[in-house]
Amino acid sequence: MTLELRLDDDSWLAVCELSRLTPGRGIAALLPDGRQAALFMDRAGRTYAIDNRDPFTGAQVLSRGLLGSAQGRPFVASPLLKQRFDLESGRCLDDDEVTVKIFACRTSEFSPAGGHA
Amino acid sequence: MAESTTPTIAVVGHGMVGQRFLEALAEQGVTERARVVVLCEEPRAAYDRVQLTSYFSGRTPDELSLTDPDFIREHGIELHLDDPAETVDRAARTVTSRSGRTIVYDALVLATGSYPFVPPVPGKDAAGCFVYRTIEDLLAIEEYAKTARTGVVVGGGLLGLEAAGALKGLGLATHIVEFAPRLMPVQVDDGGGAALLRTIENMGLTVHTGAGAQEVTTADGTPHGPVTGMKLSTGTELTADLVVFSAGVRPRDQLARDTGLEVGERGGIVVDEQCRTSDPAVFAIGECALAADGRVYGLVAPGYEMAQTAAAAVAGAIELPGEGEPKPFTGADTSTKLKLLGVDVASFGDAHGAAEGCLDVVYSDSRSGVYKKLVVAKDGTLLGGILVGDAESYGMLRPMTGSVPPVSPEQLVLPAGAGAPVALGPSALPDDAVICSCHNVTKGEICACSSLPEVKKCTKAGTGCGSCVKVIGQLLPETGDKGLCGCFPYTRSELYEIVRTLRLGSYAELLDSHGREEARGGEGCEICKPAVGSILASLGSGYILDGEQASLQDTNDHFLANMQRNGSYSIVPRIPGGEITPDKLIVIGEVARDFGLYTKITGGQRIDMFGARVDQLPAIWARLVDAGFESGHAYGKALRTVKSCVGQTWCRYGVQDSVRMAIELELRYRGLRAPHKLKSAVSGCARECAEAQSKDFGVIATASGWNLYVGGNGGATPRHADLLAQDLSDAELVRLIDRFLMFYIRTADRLERTSVWLERLEGGLDHLRDVVVHDSLGLCDELEALMAKHVDDYRDEWAETLNDPDRLRRFVSFVNAPDAPDPSVQFVPERDQIKPDLQILTLEGVSSR
Repeated sequence: MTLELRLDDDSWLAVCELSRLTPGRGIAALLPDGRQAALFMDRAGRTYAIDNRDPFTGAQVLSRGLLGSAQGRPFVASPLLKQRFDLESGRCLDDDEVTVKIFACRTSEFSPAGGHA
Repeated sequence: MAESTTPTIAVVGHGMVGQRFLEALAEQGVTERARVVVLCEEPRAAYDRVQLTSYFSGRTPDELSLTDPDFIREHGIELHLDDPAETVDRAARTVTSRSGRTIVYDALVLATGSYPFVPPVPGKDAAGCFVYRTIEDLLAIEEYAKTARTGVVVGGGLLGLEAAGALKGLGLATHIVEFAPRLMPVQVDDGGGAALLRTIENMGLTVHTGAGAQEVTTADGTPHGPVTGMKLSTGTELTADLVVFSAGVRPRDQLARDTGLEVGERGGIVVDEQCRTSDPAVFAIGECALAADGRVYGLVAPGYEMAQTAAAAVAGAIELPGEGEPKPFTGADTSTKLKLLGVDVASFGDAHGAAEGCLDVVYSDSRSGVYKKLVVAKDGTLLGGILVGDAESYGMLRPMTGSVPPVSPEQLVLPAGAGAPVALGPSALPDDAVICSCHNVTKGEICACSSLPEVKKCTKAGTGCGSCVKVIGQLLPETGDKGLCGCFPYTRSELYEIVRTLRLGSYAELLDSHGREEARGGEGCEICKPAVGSILASLGSGYILDGEQASLQDTNDHFLANMQRNGSYSIVPRIPGGEITPDKLIVIGEVARDFGLYTKITGGQRIDMFGARVDQLPAIWARLVDAGFESGHAYGKALRTVKSCVGQTWCRYGVQDSVRMAIELELRYRGLRAPHKLKSAVSGCARECAEAQSKDFGVIATASGWNLYVGGNGGATPRHADLLAQDLSDAELVRLIDRFLMFYIRTADRLERTSVWLERLEGGLDHLRDVVVHDSLGLCDELEALMAKHVDDYRDEWAETLNDPDRLRRFVSFVNAPDAPDPSVQFVPERDQIKPDLQILTLEGVSSR
């Protein structure tokens, strides 16, 4: 099973084998335009993808935060200053004015080109 | 007043208060509608006179400047330096300067400050005699001191001590001569003066109190020859080649006197509550003014208040509406907190107990030079106080003045750990006390919220450096829910007991069986995951990065390194006891050089290497492990270091081999996961060079063994460690530390250091001693067994990681491009090393192309 992300031009980017994700943790992917995405998997095996850039510090680190859930919705806490971001909407739970970009993701049966996984 | 032309405001003096007056004019928009002319005697524009002495510690005159040239230019202010006002003609409304400049004014503001008082003794003008007032004075003292060996400072007040510190810093043997029977007679009482005296004498300065300067002696006997010494009123004759007079200041009111303005009997230009002099077109502010309450204020804060008042009053006087009615200046608080010669001195409120029937509460410790006095009224109201040597509580006490403190006054003066049962909590602070200094949020604003997330969201408090989060927690309403977080209704120590007794092996198991109803089956959160991860690790669930445990660890534990602000990591290899061979030092140097890392010596006698990308960590550690290094756990809530002094082996004072013991302890407890980080130190004698009493557990050698101290802390809330047991053998020492650490791990809260834990522990130190020394709970066998298991099971996390390709797979910047470095992690040069390039992080999308 391969994890894919939907890019801005609506094309799907194959990122890695699903098995590379650890439930409760994230991992970063490099996008063709140089941006970075943070991919996560929760306990139930659902996958999420948001921008990897922590808007509070500018560092590309959200993939290295811890997953949690609040009122049944999954979030990631930035490893730097601990602000939490809803994984489904990208909204910051600690500051209404801040949102990070989210990416749609899906799993497919094909292996990613290049086959690093 | 001239109807059609722009009104003119003339300002005489451009010191700190003069500059603040100009700023107040600008804030009120007066500078847009009036011409402002400033005459300044000094060759430089306003600078920070309060920090004058910092010139000697390396601050340049430019750094001391308070005047932004852009400010002067933007507001069209005509500033004439090196051109003092000489005469005022009040009938013609003109002021004329030394260079002959004549200004016709609509309003005149005198901000001439004060001049140093020089006692009229023979020889006072001799070469080598100085005052301490301006940057020019300091430059002259510095130059003359190059050929001088001994200096005398006349005056033991605030400025005198500053001057004495400066002379000492210039390498002169320094005498302080004070006429009063104690130092700083205005601010402190006899007890405070005695504490100050002892501390200052310990620094090598010689103090003569109750002595006046009688004559400055000179080489050729003339009043102008170079200084050779000073005769004191006590008969003592001092040999000296430099004299600084700093025996107080006097208001500089000559200009006002010459033009017939009313001045006080003892000097000072008489002003009303609007800072207006006896001539309604003339104002006076700052140290030259005798305020409406009959006092001359020598502090800058009241001067600033006067500047604000006068700016509004001047605007009114020349019929330019400023921002409303001027706030009358009726007097000011003269509370002060200073650091003189490195000694904290503070006084506030009715420091000398002038109120009728008031009482003193005094704590005095001559050994450490600490003196604290509180003045309280009969009904318990705090009226004022004096703090010498330890003014830490000034910030809490000053705002409480005028009210009855929530705890008894003796508890307010006793040092922590010396029988003071309660430290004063933040609930005692007034509503306007600033809790979060990063975002300037007050207690009142925080108390308006009901939860920490709400506080962060509404006020931003706690989102800067984060050091106030704990205080915020204490301020928020007690919910009656002691649960660790939104997922668990239990405290950390309760969870520890649950995991231990039920032998639970995983976080998911614990969450689903003991979590709050709504949290079961969920993801948990960033608070309880690392806490439970630590409990599982403490109870010996092996390597912390395998299986489910991997998902519980904070990023630092996950990558076995410390994340820094740009997403790069730092690396700290273990250097037990701070002892390292030249070969190993060379390896660290080579690794840092080859990977381009920034290196810095840590406070724990180790070497930190910064700036590694996540994908570089395995290669760096391969080199380090190969050279015999292992993880220093700088990333973990675990034992950090055991510092040591060099001990008996080399030091002539040492009584035990402190290095050997430090290494032994560090190797025993390395990798031990705890509720918070653990620090330790071993000193080889009572001189305590390793600072063991500021550690979670500290060991100090005695002639017959070791003394064990526990619960010490440095950092934001320092605490001296408590003596747990004395004269222990090696084996006794280790056994006691085993028990202490395991008891702490078992019972402490999440992120609770031993210092806080010990303060909170019911029964305190006595209870702890009962449990770990006398085994009152019958726990000791179990505690020792747990530690023995830890010691047996310890394996170096980095060596284990390097040996396992599966574990190494996580060390990539990108899962889909394992060889690509993260383009956002970049560095720029700084002092021959690197620092993070923060510029690049401000770009929304970092391109790799």
